[in-house]
Order: sequence, then C-alpha cells, then structure tokens
Amino acid sequence: MATPLTRDQMAWRAAQDLPDGAYVNLGLGMPVLAANYAPGDREIFYHSENGILGVGPVAQGAEIDPELVDAGSQRVTLRDGASVFDSAASFAMIRGGHIDITILGGFQVAGNGDLANWDAKVPNKGPLIGGAMDLAAGAKAVHVIMRHSTRDGGARLVTTCSYPLTAPACVKRVYTDLAVLDVDVGLAGGSFVAREIIPGLSREELTAATGAPLIFAPDCRELVAPELAEGT
Amino acid sequence: MIDKRVDDLQAALAGIGPGASIMISGFGNAGIPGNLLHGLSGMGLSGLTMILNAIRRLEESNPVFFAEGQIAHVITTAFRGPGQAPAAFERQWQDGKLTFEIVPQGTFAERIRAGGAGVPAFYTPTAAGTPLAEGREQRDFNDQTCVLETALTADVALLRAEKADRYGNLFFRGTQSNFGAAMATAARLTIVEVEEISDQTLPPAQVHLPGIYVQRVLQAARKD
Repeated sequence: MATPLTRDQMAWRAAQDLPDGAYVNLGLGMPVLAANYAPGDREIFYHSENGILGVGPVAQGAEIDPELVDAGSQRVTLRDGASVFDSAASFAMIRGGHIDITILGGFQVAGNGDLANWDAKVPNKGPLIGGAMDLAAGAKAVHVIMRHSTRDGGARLVTTCSYPLTAPACVKRVYTDLAVLDVDVGLAGGSFVAREIIPGLSREELTAATGAPLIFAPDCRELVAPELAEGT
Repeated sequence: MIDKRVDDLQAALAGIGPGASIMISGFGNAGIPGNLLHGLSGMGLSGLTMILNAIRRLEESNPVFFAEGQIAHVITTAFRGPGQAPAAFERQWQDGKLTFEIVPQGTFAERIRAGGAGVPAFYTPTAAGTPLAEGREQRDFNDQTCVLETALTADVALLRAEKADRYGNLFFRGTQSNFGAAMATAARLTIVEVEEISDQTLPPAQVHLPGIYVQRVLQAARKD
C-alpha cells in the first residue's frame, strides 16, 4: 500500500531542485515550506513580491519589526546580502524575467503547461489574484506543488483546465503527493512525463489518477522522502 | 518657504470629499496608514473609490467604511474575505451596492507607476490567455501575446513612512514602501503619516521618495 507524501514532504522534494545561486519566489501555502528544506550548502535568495530579495527566517523576539513582512504577512528577517524595494520594482524583477524559479500552488495543471490556481469558483466569494498571474507569466521557470487528486478523487492533472487560467503554457514541473512530473509540450496536445513515483504505487494506478496523457521517463525512479515533522 | 508638516489628522485630511478616488498603501501590516484611515472613515463620506492591494484588511481595521456604505468602487488585487461566509464587502458586491475591478498585483503596481510617470498605457504579458484578457486590446511582441493596460491615477494617496522632513522627503523602513512609493506619484494629493519628522533634513542618499510627490506630512505613532 502506497503512502502519499505529506505537505512537508512535497515541499522538501520541490526544494531539492533549487540550485545554488538561484533567485526564487515561493507562493503561499505549501510552496513557502520549501524554504525550510533546501539543502544548507546552497546559497538561495528568496524573493517576496511585496519588496524583498533575500528573505531570511521568520523573526523571533527582539528581531520582530512590524514594518518588515513577507508576502504572506509573516514578520521576517533579512539574510546577508538582502535588499528591499517598492512593489513596482519588485514586479519589474518578476515581469522582466529575472526570477529563476517560482514555486506556486495549483488547482489544476494541463498537459500543455496551463496553470489554474486563482479562482476555484467558490460561491459567494470574490476573486483573489495577488501576484500569481505575474509570477506565472514572468518567472523563468514555474514549478507547482499540489496534491495529485481533489478531495473527491478527481484529477488535477488534466487535458484542459476547467478553472480559469492563471497563465497559459507556463508550468515546467509538478510535485504531487504521488509523483514528480514534467510537462512535455512536444507531444500532441501536451502530456505529463513521470520522473519519480512513490514506492508501492503502480504505474497503472498513477495513470488512472492522472486526467491527461502520461508517459514514464526511461529513468523513472522511486520518490523517497525523509520522515518530516509537519510544519505550519 | 516650503513646510509640508501638518499639526493634526483633521488638517491632514482636509478637502477630501464624497466621490473621491483614494489610493491606500500597505501590504500585510507594513506601510499601512492606520491613523489616516481611521480619520478618513470617521468623515462619513460616500461614493468613495478605494485603490489598494487587498480589501480584506480594510474591512478588518475600519469596518465603518462598509457598515456605512461609504465605498462605491474598489480597484484591487484581492477581493476576497476570509473563511467561507461572505465578508461585508462581498455581500455589498452581491447586493449591487459596490463594484470592483480585479487586477494582477504586478499590473496594479505598474498601472500606478505609469500614472505617476506620464505613461498613459503599456502592454504586458501578465493575464494574456486568461479570462482577464477577454475583450481587451492585445498585441504580440517577440512572439508573446500582451494585454494593453491603462495608467491609474487618483485624487488622493495615503501612505505610511518611517521618517520625513519638512520638504516632504520620505524614508521607508522594512517593506513599508510597497505600493505607496508609486501611489504618491500618481495622486494629486499625497498625505503621509510618519513615525518621526526630522528637524534636520534627510541626507539626500537616504531619501527614498522625493518631496515633490508629497503634499502633507503628519507625525503619528503606528496604528494597526
């Protein structure tokens, strides 16, 4: 019986792909957990769209400054070499293609790389975009962390997104609780390529849980994550 | 002689009338002009247009804006309240008492920057291929589809900064500048509350926002 990855394990896996020297923007929710799990020997600058390049750990005690927050409104510290700037400059950094990787949450990703992550059509609630559209359109690489299936067992990896798009054809890689998958736009209509799959899950089971064409990389391997205490 | 300092909240907000369009700085709890918002909400105005990053926080800090139906229109990147039940602003929208325009955050910032910089419109790839681009003017540049966005200006901008001098030069702390730095350039009347008004003028290299963009400065301790 396969055990799906926890939120922190998914974030841990996404963090392993952040290279030394990268400038990275982490979305709210699971993506921001990745900062806890990047290998310590890599120097990574986290960008926060409200105006920080070089977000440090969450502030404790005397470090707390209510006028220094990240995009999730957490009171944070700054790392060595950090800088602060205004929102227009921050989004010029994003739109201008200077951010190497953004990790975002998702409702749906299509085989052609389309991303839907801002409007789940909840009744009686207004829309919330924030910086998601700018990040999806502007970052050099868009990685997504999301569960492989909805609570009802529906597919989130789909042929065509049914939710409103955040940006078309932007996603390169998806980390789910079952697998690591790349988007391959080279195949007709787009497909997912499984790079890693959790132990105990068969290829047939992963294919059944995926609502778009799925192929397995020749070197597809086991996705083994360490035991991790759940973050917040 | 130039002296942009004002003595009290009333003097800071004088002249703002019904139907005004108002840009409000702030992201999270940083750069929020809490004193000015408190004063404004007590003026009992109607028909206001609020231009700000997220409307949710305004309802939490100043519910009277909504309880008294002072706001007619909102331009924002986040028109969603917490939880599953609708917030007051979501109910007013559903009841047809309040309208809104939703804008991606980078486009929001750039439209305000353009408004202050005399650029009437610009093309951006953000939102191309999404429902926000439907019915909008679009054009391809370098094989990338872009959406035409127009500049945003306003009657008033409300900001918070750490320090000012009598010329209206501003120094921001932490992530305080966020949208305020651009908003100050795009409004006809920019009002700033600061922790400290320096008797000495700010050193030129420490001026984050030149006083040319600022009309009034009020000293006031931070208010959430």
